[in-house]
Amino acid sequence: MDRIKHEITDTLVITKRNLLRYVRLPRLLFFSSIQPIMFLTLFNFVFGGAIGSNHVPGGKYINFLLPGILTQVMLFGAVQTGIGLADDMGKGIIDRFRSLPMSRAAVMGGRTVADAVRNVIVAIIMISVGTLYGFRFLHGFWNAILMVLIMVIFGFAFSWVSAYVGLSSGDPETAQLASFMFIFPFTFASAAFLPTATMPHWLRVFADNQPITLVANTARHFSIGMPVAPHTMQHLAFYIVGILLVFIPLAVGKYRSKA
Amino acid sequence: MSAFEIKDVYKYYGDVHALDGVSLKAEEGKIFGLLGPNGAGKTTIVRMLSTLLSPDKGSATVLGVDVTKEADKVRRSIGLAGQFAAVDEILTGRENIEMVGHLYHLHRKEVKLRAQDLLERLNLADAADRPVKTYSGGMRRRLDLGASLVVRPKVLFLDEPTTGLDPRTRLDLWQIIRDLVKEGASILLTTQYLEEADELADSITVIDHGKIIAEGTSDELKRQFGGDVIEFQLSNASDQDKAMRAVAAIGSKLPSFDDSTLSISIPVRDGSKVLAEVVRALDAAHIEPALLSLHRPSLDDVFLSLTGKKTEATEPAKPHGKRGRK
Repeated sequence: MDRIKHEITDTLVITKRNLLRYVRLPRLLFFSSIQPIMFLTLFNFVFGGAIGSNHVPGGKYINFLLPGILTQVMLFGAVQTGIGLADDMGKGIIDRFRSLPMSRAAVMGGRTVADAVRNVIVAIIMISVGTLYGFRFLHGFWNAILMVLIMVIFGFAFSWVSAYVGLSSGDPETAQLASFMFIFPFTFASAAFLPTATMPHWLRVFADNQPITLVANTARHFSIGMPVAPHTMQHLAFYIVGILLVFIPLAVGKYRSKA
Repeated sequence: MSAFEIKDVYKYYGDVHALDGVSLKAEEGKIFGLLGPNGAGKTTIVRMLSTLLSPDKGSATVLGVDVTKEADKVRRSIGLAGQFAAVDEILTGRENIEMVGHLYHLHRKEVKLRAQDLLERLNLADAADRPVKTYSGGMRRRLDLGASLVVRPKVLFLDEPTTGLDPRTRLDLWQIIRDLVKEGASILLTTQYLEEADELADSITVIDHGKIIAEGTSDELKRQFGGDVIEFQLSNASDQDKAMRAVAAIGSKLPSFDDSTLSISIPVRDGSKVLAEVVRALDAAHIEPALLSLHRPSLDDVFLSLTGKKTEATEPAKPHGKRGRK
């Protein structure tokens, strides 16, 4: 009983420590948001006109784009998890934690939870900016909440992948490079920014079935009522649960054995 | 019971033998000095005893508890502080200590009291509510030590706690360490500074290349060295070979040369008698020493004769920065 209690309280102590960063250094939050806002602005005004309103679900490109950009934001946020852990490791803080009689999962748990909280805030900022560009929720209030929720859960799952990468790579620069190497091809070869209909067949098969498309389309279902392919949500749930089941033990194992 | 004990431990990193059959045992309530150059294996021993890594072979215990099999039990009775102050820069000093207190699962009130107590004791009370990034190096090191003292650990591991500190700050830390022992803590102190081991440690173990090469009290080590030291400084570096040959047969052991100061040290049994012999030998070889002295051996001399090299402490201080990792 005590063990479960300590798993939770230790995670909360570390979460608080990580969130204090954003309170003390608000510019971190600013820079977490500025890049996605830039993406949103560029994509909306550069591609929006060319794509036209008839070629995307939701009537306007911004309605289609915003959930996609949010997906990317969640992934970028997840990368921060690994960078933060690698940074703590380099400064010897992880060694201190490992020498304490505390939960072995709390250091990563506290980081992923804090990053999820940060993701909620960044998502709200993004939705506000999107609203200025004409974005509207078309599927009701509760579905809008569900959209944010599914985004954040997806980001949380990827934070654990990133935690494993960060603890394995050992320094923040490598962690960042290793993560972006995967994120860029994955976000572009997906339905995050554009529908997959015009992609060559081989790419489309990949794009339609990979988790980024699944989460972007699920988010569109909740935000603008876009119909989704059958089993999209089941597959997404399968991915999220699968990632957590694989990467939580991997990350904790890495933390335990870090020599 | 011993404060901590290592039995025939081996630790490899690939081909590097970080620890190559090390055994040691420390009494409770004493300062156990572990002395050696960079890369000798000091940090590996500290990391092993503080449960951060497991031995490949052999066993390590703290207060009789195995560090691998019952790691969490060990963690409840130890404190760890090091050369690289492991504190969070964004948090204040108080928040750092309180965070560690919470992670030891102390009662909320106790955490507050203990943090205030430690901050006062470590002379950080005025800076307690400032972010650590405004702290000086010495303050960070004291805070790091403070974080390791939250639960009043029975055994404290201090990995080069004074490396890179200015002399005054070092003296302050020495006093804190002495006080901790008075209160009953057992301490493992690793250092590259012979002076520090000499000053603080009740017993000294010298380690090099993952092997223990000498142990005893500071006096025992000096006695083991045998007698006195005659040291002279060359005015001309090119005289090195000639000078070494001239005095080779005089000492109780072979002379050693330190190229940073151009001085030759000769361990001798009966200093005052042999001194004249050294002078005659140098005269015969037409060498005029810049400086000639006879002194009791320092731990520096002991170390030099044991390892064939000076301790790192005499080399220019390394720049601060990233933690070296293997």
